[in-house]
Amino acid sequence: MVLSAEEWEAVRLTLEVAARAVSFGLPVAVLTAWLLTRYRFLGRPLLSALIHLPLVLPPVVTGWLLLIIFGIRGPVGSMLYDWFGIRLVFTTAGASLACAVMSFPVMVRAVRLSLETADLGLEQAARTLGAGWLDRLFSITLPLASPGILMAGIVGYATCLGEFGAVITFAANIPGQTQTLPLAIYAALQVPGGESKAAELSLVSLTLALVGLLLSDWIGKRLNTILGR
Amino acid sequence: MSLAIRLRHQYPSMQMDVAFEVLAPGVTVLFGPSGAGKSTTIAVVAGLLRPHECRIVLDGQVLADTAADVWLPPERRRIGVVFQDARLFPHMSVATNLRFGMRRAAPGSVRFDEVVELLGIDALLTRRPHTLSGGERQRVAIGRALLAQPNLLLMDEPLVGLDAPRKAEILPYLTRLKTALQLPILYVTHSLDEVVQLGDSMVLIEAGHVVGSGTVPEIAARTDLPLAQRDDAGALLLCRVAEHHAGRQLTLLEAGGAPFWVPLLDIPIAGECRIRIPAREVILASKAPDAISVHNVVAGTVRRIAEEPGRRSVLVEIALPKGALLSRVTPDAIARLALSSGSPVLALIKSTSIEVLGS
Repeated sequence: MVLSAEEWEAVRLTLEVAARAVSFGLPVAVLTAWLLTRYRFLGRPLLSALIHLPLVLPPVVTGWLLLIIFGIRGPVGSMLYDWFGIRLVFTTAGASLACAVMSFPVMVRAVRLSLETADLGLEQAARTLGAGWLDRLFSITLPLASPGILMAGIVGYATCLGEFGAVITFAANIPGQTQTLPLAIYAALQVPGGESKAAELSLVSLTLALVGLLLSDWIGKRLNTILGR
Repeated sequence: MSLAIRLRHQYPSMQMDVAFEVLAPGVTVLFGPSGAGKSTTIAVVAGLLRPHECRIVLDGQVLADTAADVWLPPERRRIGVVFQDARLFPHMSVATNLRFGMRRAAPGSVRFDEVVELLGIDALLTRRPHTLSGGERQRVAIGRALLAQPNLLLMDEPLVGLDAPRKAEILPYLTRLKTALQLPILYVTHSLDEVVQLGDSMVLIEAGHVVGSGTVPEIAARTDLPLAQRDDAGALLLCRVAEHHAGRQLTLLEAGGAPFWVPLLDIPIAGECRIRIPAREVILASKAPDAISVHNVVAGTVRRIAEEPGRRSVLVEIALPKGALLSRVTPDAIARLALSSGSPVLALIKSTSIEVLGS
């Protein structure tokens, strides 16, 4: 199986878009999950619902909402464009944003799960030993939740690799800029005789998913050994 | 050091209203049945639980006063806590666990090497918590709390999950610790063994209220308090080794102003130890018997004769020059000896019935 330069470009772009989405989305997801599990505040149910919205909305709708908010004339998009000259629509960064939003609920859920099962007694012990809240977050809470955070990152990354609807709506299908693997497969299927190309790309997609899952399993086991579970 | 605690807390099924003061250094035992409010008291002192009303003053520093809206968080109280379940951080080695509090505290008098030596955890430093036994874990937890340079150490039933051999393994360390570090300790337990071995003074708690407090020998001999109503009731006496009689294989102890012979001990002359004399082992007599194997015939005065509800026996409190003995006998024996409050009496105690509890 030999991939053309154009197809390699789609693979590289997919990995890059997903990496950017996870590296920006995961820290925010961890912080959000921590807020949601440890604090009871006004508007907490609303925040939780908003985060989970992309999970239940048709991805096209999420993409369209992103267009409305982050488009050149949108409330956030216009600010970004006027002040910093940043344009998200129809760019690689835009594709990453769409992926980040789509994978965000998945990541928050995974992190929350590990934070909810955490032993609060250990944090109490840390308090009596003089550790303030930020200290505890970095010395106790996050290290102990690291298997969950890693899982969140990997599941989030996998979600990004397969994201289609929101990306094509918000960032369009531009080869070399926003055409990730699913979009390339879709494009190939639109052309008569493109089946073999689609099959090749699908095989790449499958391999990536498999490698990711095996890797996460292995790292997860290693982390649990370190944590003494 | 002084610690004054007053707290009121309403649980759905129990009203807690506890107030006591700890004046002397040493180990103050908070004693009582499960659910009496011991752990709640510890949690409030540590700052982990905020009750409806409380005022806690440690050495003149107000740690909490709900009336004045003062509430110092646990991380700023400098109170060490040893939890029932050790709570070692699983992602850190034993050494890192030990240094956790030390790195976050101002340098103090407790040194790392000293604590490691005192608790015998030298060989464990590079290990992970999950590879330790229950007893080892608890020793590391004690070391970790001490190294945070606390002004007060709270221990919440630190030996409760351990079997008898493990307990026996840790108790000597605790006794050493108590004398080596001049640190006040508030120790929660419902085990009489730990009280008589470690306690200097004690506070008895039942159903959310303090029912008695004082030194351990005082409380143990009070027939009106729950400690004396147990099957294993007995007197606790602090004693000094007066002489050894190698030929007779006996040691003479001086306790409560009276002499007591016990089987030869391995403690130097003038050394200190504790003895416990179970009430059921003490025989009463109105005149000294001759030709009898008993070594100890101790003269005293009957202070009180307490009926024991639910038992066909009475508990006699016998005043010694300094201290008291307890004797559990039948009402018939009291009648035959014509004993009443104030009568002189002899207490007969076999030297082998006296439990000697380490120095």
